[in-house]
Amino acid sequence: MENALKSGEFLLKQVTPESVFIPEEFDEEQRMIAQTCQDFIEAEVYPNLEQLEKGDRKLMEEILKKSGELGLMGIAIPEEFGGFGQSFVTQMLAAETTGAGFSFSVAYMAHCGIGTMPIMYFGNEDQRSRYIPRLATGELIGAYCLTEPGAGSDANSGKSSATLDEDGRNYILNGQKMWITNAGFADIQIVFAKIDNDRVLSAFIVEKDYPGVVIGPDEHKMGIKGSSTAQIYYNDVKVPVENLLGKRGEGFRIALSILHMGRIKLGANVIGAAKKAINDSVQYATERKQFNTAIASFGAIKSKLAMQVVKSVATESAIYRVSRDIDNLAGRYVAENCEKGRASIDAISYYAVEAALLKVYGSEMLDFVVDEAVQIHGGMGYSAEMAVEKAYRDSRINRIFEGTNEINRLLLVDTAMKRAMKGDFDLFGEAEKVFADPAGAPAAATSGESYGEEMLRYTGNFKKCALMAIHAASSTFGKKLVHEQEILTEISDIMTSAYLAESLVLRTLKREMTQGEDAVFRAITNIFIFNTASEIRRSALGAIFSTLSPDEAEPVADAIEKLTSVRGVNLKEEGRLIADKLIEDGSYKF
Amino acid sequence: MNILVCISNVPDTTTKIRFAEGDTKLDATGVQWVINPWDELSLTRALELKDDSSAGITSVTVIHVGEASSEPTIRKALAIGADSAIRVDSPANDSYVVAAQIAAAASGGGFDIIMCGIESSDFNGSVVGGMVAEMMNIQSVTGVSDLKVKDGSVIMTREIEGGREVVATTAPVLAVVQKGIAKEPRIASMRGIMTARTKPINVVEAVDSEQFSSLEGFTLPPPRPECRFIDADNVSELVSLLQNEAKVI
Repeated sequence: MENALKSGEFLLKQVTPESVFIPEEFDEEQRMIAQTCQDFIEAEVYPNLEQLEKGDRKLMEEILKKSGELGLMGIAIPEEFGGFGQSFVTQMLAAETTGAGFSFSVAYMAHCGIGTMPIMYFGNEDQRSRYIPRLATGELIGAYCLTEPGAGSDANSGKSSATLDEDGRNYILNGQKMWITNAGFADIQIVFAKIDNDRVLSAFIVEKDYPGVVIGPDEHKMGIKGSSTAQIYYNDVKVPVENLLGKRGEGFRIALSILHMGRIKLGANVIGAAKKAINDSVQYATERKQFNTAIASFGAIKSKLAMQVVKSVATESAIYRVSRDIDNLAGRYVAENCEKGRASIDAISYYAVEAALLKVYGSEMLDFVVDEAVQIHGGMGYSAEMAVEKAYRDSRINRIFEGTNEINRLLLVDTAMKRAMKGDFDLFGEAEKVFADPAGAPAAATSGESYGEEMLRYTGNFKKCALMAIHAASSTFGKKLVHEQEILTEISDIMTSAYLAESLVLRTLKREMTQGEDAVFRAITNIFIFNTASEIRRSALGAIFSTLSPDEAEPVADAIEKLTSVRGVNLKEEGRLIADKLIEDGSYKF
Repeated sequence: MNILVCISNVPDTTTKIRFAEGDTKLDATGVQWVINPWDELSLTRALELKDDSSAGITSVTVIHVGEASSEPTIRKALAIGADSAIRVDSPANDSYVVAAQIAAAASGGGFDIIMCGIESSDFNGSVVGGMVAEMMNIQSVTGVSDLKVKDGSVIMTREIEGGREVVATTAPVLAVVQKGIAKEPRIASMRGIMTARTKPINVVEAVDSEQFSSLEGFTLPPPRPECRFIDADNVSELVSLLQNEAKVI
């Protein structure tokens, strides 16, 4: 665990490039698993997209089961339960690759993640042995039922209830759940409800054939039309007591832990979707001619292609970095005699700050990428014939489910602060130090500074912007800071940008250690740093001027200007370098 | 019966081809290597036969002539379902060398059916299969689009001009297979990927072989000329262009 960071500690500590995992280090077996996911999507999903888009539940169920036969539903399941016990990094690579599968990806991820893992992580041996081997093969399909008409982001306010019957053998479940992915065909539902007058939720494993379970028709949605999304009603459903998942009252904890996992996996999922949209973009731009010239030759299109790549590469760098951190932590828990399933979910939940920020950044990255993909396609991008039209509609949900981006922004700052207050790291002490001497905060360039040192100096300065904003806000508002959501949102954006920027720089530097300097990767890094600096500056100044009086704010604002001062970048040439590689390769090969 | 499937390691078909070292070598930077598509279909058919208990297939082995860098492709074949693999440790310099190495490694191996893709998608030589059969002094059937095993006979469908021909023969036989031999290539399952780790790749030394050709260099095809549209009423211009510019009439 040398060099390992606690969740959120990246704000204070600098790790070495050697210590981070980068996608270039996937081994042969991991690449083969990714290829299988890719082959499956090309063979089973893409030829059926049109029919899936019509909401053919049966077809989606069949495709899901085929993926189960191939073993794709067992990637995260330990071998003793019929799965393949793969590392978190591998799980994320599979999540990335299947992310290119449009609505299949949503159905598949809902099954493998939130539909299966609550039993894997929180079930007892009886529950696991009854359900997990069949969920791992696709014999059973799973769904996760948390949201209710009156309980969305405020999940604990749900009205669904459960009462123990007179002979104590069953809970009688009543309630209504909505936006349930896979509802139309899921055999197993993880349902959250309050027992009697409990303050907090409990979780139950409900089988779709229990009398009283009524599944509504599929919703008419903007995107992901192939995935079944419906309401489920529970009318005096008898749920055997042995199907209480975890302990009574443990449901909210289960729900949150599973959401942490769902969030971080969404961060991987969107990378696959982004790469597909980029591939479609470059292919179209190369073929489409205007003024007797392929539009890929035009600078305006090249800059779009380049920015699609820059944001995707940055997301990729951060996602696999934290995935390895999670693997390392889970390994440590197991070494300390923690049960494997619990070790995994505890390690994922531990990195809640990174999970939330990657969910936010990844979903917004994909929205950017698909929006530009439509734009590159021009009028054709607006036609339902083109994959990018579907990608554009499908992308939008990512900012809403697994906790809205607004909730996740608040959550990531709150979690980092709580971890600091618990003593995980000295966030407030460091923040106070930086704030106390704004003029001395920006790290100066050292003589003979290398490229890596320079880039890490910038990312170090970005983090100081976050610390300044955190100190200003927490010292001004104290416990009332929780109500200052605009300021917390600015702080979360600084933290997110700083993490992404640092992850990208560390990846670039690690690549250079083995592959030598790569002008394209440096261009990606330079552009990201350049753009991020101005975004951080805006967010930090926004937080400072919303917190401090103008007099108090002035020296801090001066420091933020310096902290976000980075080398100038020839966006045109560096962007063209990236775009030209993409055009030359014909697809995303970074 | 035992089946041997010959597999070639080729750049993914979407690879943008670039050359290096004065256009004498493929620039392998960023190239994704895959099983030659025809060989992958051969392997799929061989595994289908093995799955069919009435065919009486005991084992499916893959053989590849190439250096250690091609082992991921061999491992993929094992993940798809081959039982074992042979790699002849030799650069695949030309078709004759490849055929000689396969023939030497396969002789005495107890293989009843040898399957070769009709060509590799990189060099498209279309000669290795026939050469191997000659060198091993066994019969060969070309243009095979279906292969069955029934009561010890190997029954093959050949695509011929204007139709199909069905031939039956006995082992040992080499089948040069083409499109249609299997519907879609089999996807490596998770179980297959996991078990591929433990399946053997038998690396054998190359035998001495003559080499009858050497590579002088590569050139890319000239860029496709601009497509021009001629007004439907302007027949004389069309004829003139076809005659004087395109020089096709």
